[in-house]
Amino acid sequence: MSRKRSIEEINEKIRKGRAVVLTAEQVAAMGREATPAEVAEKVDVVTTGTFGPMCSSGMFINFGHTDPPMRMEKITLNNVPVFGGIAAVDAYVGATETALPHDQYGGAHVIEELIAGKDVLLQATAKGTDCYPRTEVKTLINKATVNEMIMFNPRNAYQNYNVAVNSTSKMKFTYMGTLLPSFGNATFSTSGELSPLLNDPEMRTIGIGTRIFFGGTTGYVAWHGTQFNTGKPVNEHGVPIGNSATLALIGNAKEMSTRFIRAAYFEKYGVSIFVGVGIPIPVLDEEMAQRVMVRNSQIETNIIDYGSPGHDLLGRVNYESLFSGEITLNGKKIRTAPLSSVRVAREIAETLCREITAGRFMLTAPVEAFRKTTGLNSLEIRL
Amino acid sequence: MKSRRFVLTFPPEATGEPITYNLIRKFDIMVNIVKADVSPGQVGHLVMEMTAPSKILKEGMEYMKERNVECVPIDRTITYQKDLCVHCGACSAVCFAGALTMNRSTAELVFDAEKCVVCELCLTACPLKLFSIDLG
Repeated sequence: MSRKRSIEEINEKIRKGRAVVLTAEQVAAMGREATPAEVAEKVDVVTTGTFGPMCSSGMFINFGHTDPPMRMEKITLNNVPVFGGIAAVDAYVGATETALPHDQYGGAHVIEELIAGKDVLLQATAKGTDCYPRTEVKTLINKATVNEMIMFNPRNAYQNYNVAVNSTSKMKFTYMGTLLPSFGNATFSTSGELSPLLNDPEMRTIGIGTRIFFGGTTGYVAWHGTQFNTGKPVNEHGVPIGNSATLALIGNAKEMSTRFIRAAYFEKYGVSIFVGVGIPIPVLDEEMAQRVMVRNSQIETNIIDYGSPGHDLLGRVNYESLFSGEITLNGKKIRTAPLSSVRVAREIAETLCREITAGRFMLTAPVEAFRKTTGLNSLEIRL
Repeated sequence: MKSRRFVLTFPPEATGEPITYNLIRKFDIMVNIVKADVSPGQVGHLVMEMTAPSKILKEGMEYMKERNVECVPIDRTITYQKDLCVHCGACSAVCFAGALTMNRSTAELVFDAEKCVVCELCLTACPLKLFSIDLG
């Protein structure tokens, strides 16, 4: 009979300073020698991490009221339009929104500057109402002057993602970086065996309400992410191939750090944002142990031709090969490069490991498990 | 003795002549090829370091000019703000010269300036815009 433990039992061990916490890389290495039963016996928690560009991100902000008050309508922060179609002084700063014509500066940069404590220029106009008579405002704000900065990212921490190549004779500029012509390179964007959802592919321990490391502070899983898809094929190790599940995350941006939230600009594509996410996985039983022991060689993904209009599927490859710096496709050797930082992902997993070991971060059971889905809707052109 | 790095561009008709061989044999120039992309019948590129007394180097360049081989010295260098780098690897994707690579064990970016051919692709590929050209 293999060892089983509950999240409450693990938390009790954390409180007493007796929990055995390892990073996903450490447990993957351990798994070369140890069996799942042995890992389940020895390890209580495995910490994961990822730090990659995650476009579907943004931040709610409440500016506080002016005197006389104003119902802000058209709002910009450092000339970046932000969404003001909610209550009087609430707004949503979308990470990918840009300050035209300067399309290399956008919402992500505003978010990073606010987190860094810098002043940001707020400009807004309104028609003026009886209860909100003011019609314009121009002032400086920073994280100390505003009421809330709530990061809410509708789609983060993709469970696996495609590898991008370019079959054409021209350079392609994409969110997967600059793709050299004639299969000159291949880019990929997950932290492999360190990645949160690849260590719990069925999301047994991750669900609504899960406490996580988010941008340098504590955050929570708010919901399943947009484009959440649990219908993707899985390989013999139980790992979905290609982009599948996602997470919607929430956290206090005032407490975040620019070490784990960084604005990015991808040439001729646009603005994005690097987001740092780490999730602790409780090793409840032998089956979970088997999951967290997953190695890069066991995680596979699809090679997609970003040069073809239909994004043709060209093959399949594992992360061991991708991290080696070279893959072979149809007999041709292609140089590979990551877009997601394993260096920072490792730092996140190690930070979480330290926090849990020190009793400062307790694990949570999901308030509710995610639903299963069968696939995604496409947008049909009906007119 | 002087060492300088050059980008040589060969017209299609010059690729049949052993230019590099002649630079070594006829001019006694020490040659270190950094990168080569030369195919018969096509425009070719060669990045190489040449070491010789200034006078000899000048003669070698004159010899190449007579054969329509363009010879442009690389005086510029690429620098980047290492302290702000997040080691994502996007720059290494475009660095065909192999100057920017990811260290497998530390997962950190490694920049080998010796291999850099100053193609400038990293300037735009870096999502944090940390690279710049040092004009020396």
